[in-house]
Amino acid sequence: MQVEKKEFKPTIVAFCCNWCSYAGADLSGTNRLNYPANVKIIRVPCSCRVNPMFVLRAFQRGADGVIICGCHPGDCHYTTGNYYARRRMTLLFSMLDFLGIERDRTRLEWVSAAEGAKFAATMNDFVETVTKLGENKRLEDLRCKKQ
Amino acid sequence: MKQIKLDSIQSLFKALSATRTLYLPVDTPAGADFKKYEDGVLWSGALNPNRSAKDFFFPQTENMVDFKVEGKTIEIIEPTRPDEDFVVFGVRACDARSFELLDKVFLCDPVDTYYQNRREHGVIVTVCCNKPAETCFCTNFGIDPTAPGGDVACWQDDDTLYLQANTKAGEALLNSVADVLAEADDSAADSVKETVKAIMAKLPIQNLDLSAFTEDNLLNLFGSEQWKKLSEACLGCGTCTFVCPTCQCYDIKDFDTGHGIKRFRCWDSCMYSEFTRCAHGNPRLSQVERFRQRFMHKLVYFPANNNGDFSCVGCGRCLAKCPISMNIVKVIKALGGANK
Amino acid sequence: MQEAMIKRAKELLTDGTVNRVLGWQKGGVAYDATPAVFDSAEALEQGFVYDDFTAANLSKYLVKETKNEGKVLVFLKPCDTYSLNQLTKEHRVNRDNVYVIGVGCDGKADVEKLRAQGMDGILGITAEGDNFVVETLYGNKTVAKADVLAERCVVCKSRKLMTYDEILGEDGEVIDSNRFDMVEQLENMTSDQRYAFWQNELSRCIRCNACRNVCPACTCEKCVFDNVNSGVANTAAADSFEEKLFHVIRAFHVAGRCTDCGECSRVCPQGIPLHLLNRKFIKDINELYGEYQAGEDTDSRGPLTNFTYDDCEPSIVHERGVE
Repeated sequence: MQVEKKEFKPTIVAFCCNWCSYAGADLSGTNRLNYPANVKIIRVPCSCRVNPMFVLRAFQRGADGVIICGCHPGDCHYTTGNYYARRRMTLLFSMLDFLGIERDRTRLEWVSAAEGAKFAATMNDFVETVTKLGENKRLEDLRCKKQ
Repeated sequence: MKQIKLDSIQSLFKALSATRTLYLPVDTPAGADFKKYEDGVLWSGALNPNRSAKDFFFPQTENMVDFKVEGKTIEIIEPTRPDEDFVVFGVRACDARSFELLDKVFLCDPVDTYYQNRREHGVIVTVCCNKPAETCFCTNFGIDPTAPGGDVACWQDDDTLYLQANTKAGEALLNSVADVLAEADDSAADSVKETVKAIMAKLPIQNLDLSAFTEDNLLNLFGSEQWKKLSEACLGCGTCTFVCPTCQCYDIKDFDTGHGIKRFRCWDSCMYSEFTRCAHGNPRLSQVERFRQRFMHKLVYFPANNNGDFSCVGCGRCLAKCPISMNIVKVIKALGGANK
Repeated sequence: MQEAMIKRAKELLTDGTVNRVLGWQKGGVAYDATPAVFDSAEALEQGFVYDDFTAANLSKYLVKETKNEGKVLVFLKPCDTYSLNQLTKEHRVNRDNVYVIGVGCDGKADVEKLRAQGMDGILGITAEGDNFVVETLYGNKTVAKADVLAERCVVCKSRKLMTYDEILGEDGEVIDSNRFDMVEQLENMTSDQRYAFWQNELSRCIRCNACRNVCPACTCEKCVFDNVNSGVANTAAADSFEEKLFHVIRAFHVAGRCTDCGECSRVCPQGIPLHLLNRKFIKDINELYGEYQAGEDTDSRGPLTNFTYDDCEPSIVHERGVE
């Protein structure tokens, strides 16, 4: 009997800022735009709320890709939060790359409250990229894998 | 006594690893480490690997039990106990003594079955030190590096390794590899022993005065003014405890995997701030108390409970590894002998 | 140098400028001095030592020491003065309570390198010009100082004292060092090679926390890795993930504040090149946000508490990556 190979569906964690990107995700929903259901959104007050620990622990707990979405530079609800986030995440992503973690597993995108279409397109593209990479093996925690 | 030429020592390793897993010290760019033997792996001539051999019986982390939660039922899953037979080759006399001390802790009632299981599956082959270092002080604790313990003891001269079984398990091990060994005279290793003894006599810290470390003197030592000065520079890291062959404290933790619980134990260090944290708070609030605990345990509490055996084997790892070079020898010198 | 230091320390104690001295207490062997506080001329005479093996960065002890009453005298090497500046900037050290004697430095020796050259059973080490005469259980040996220089000193970034109240010896210059060579080498590998490299290095970690505890930039009252409520507190890495988590977070937390003093790698009992993680951050910061040396001053904004409107996007990691 031929066993059908199960298609790999990556788990994506998306940290979305409350003021722009989360609203953007909402808009893409009300506009009935499609994006894969394996994107799990975590709402944060601002993209700069995302501590490097959040990103690493998302991978630990089973994420295959992590994306951070915030207001466009200049539009931060708290004026400058996303500028700090931009530096932090640049350095973090670079460090993960330095450790040999596939660099396509991490991404940062600016998505405004009006960009429902961009949100859906970004997620579709990111899911596709991570699907190609396959399962997260290099930053996994074996204990958290379901047997 | 048996013997084998050093240039054919690989045949001994091959024979030993044929029926069991063989671990031996191997040189790495960062110092020697115990590694699994595979074809072509070379035995390190280093005196002692970075980490002690206690890892084989008391690994840094060990699964104890898993819980699987489904609805209102909790399934308890016992982890499979490792059942591979193994040999640890190249253990020095100090580390070999550390197993006797660990046995006193783990094999008394209630028996630690995880440790016991590993002990039953392991055979220890010791090798006499041929190049003791300035950090060696094992003789202070009644250890004779020229007569190392373990199941099989070995001595090494320029071209030959001599082997002698100390226990039944050791005899069985030697019998199982008899093909590659030749007979040797029982006094064949005597000259090696003499050479090493001559070097031992020149070691700088061979005559530490331990007479002050008695149960009767406990309160004096505990209340000594010196602890503050001694611990002043201590960083509160766990290096000394983790490289120590006799430190045996551990913590039991539950890890939530998202779909169940893994209960595991991992080494803990009395140098850490959270070591004594309990429901009411933390009784050791500063590094002075934590530092004092470590040395009082090794030099006073442990011997008081174990027929006077100190919980130190003088391997010298903490002397070499402490980031600020504070160590048990400095503590003994400050508090022992004339200072009592 | 040692004699001059003791002499000057005694003078400053006598005239009341300081009430104690932070330095090194002589050990039993030639290379095992311990950082210590001396409060009298007698104590200094008996135990104060300064030589090629007194390598510890004393600036971290000032966090605790400057909370005590009175002024403390401290002897700092050039790289230590960077750390002190950084601590002053972060208000972790009260600079007014410290009297700094900057000590000129031409690099410290690493006893592990002596051992690696086959010098077992070291009983005594005497400096003679550019050489060490090493007395061992197995005979006397001579070795060039340059051959046993600590790795961090081989690629020393600066011999210039950044802050001091007075100088003993000679102040040096900032050096155009090649300290980023190894980072660059790693960057030019494929990600598979890098992964294998770090897997091998980090898997040796025993989580003794020495790198964290010795670090002059790590001065949190309570570290997240000690906080049982954080979910990441653990005394040993139970999974290889935890090794990476600890070291990435440790390095990230000091990014932009790390002065590259090299203490983390000096103290690692397992010989893990931890400074490479810190240097990677420093190199990235230099390349992406402009040259920055933590500890050069006490008032500039650190690169991670600062930004410009036209900073690069994180996607730059993809663009400049190899492979």
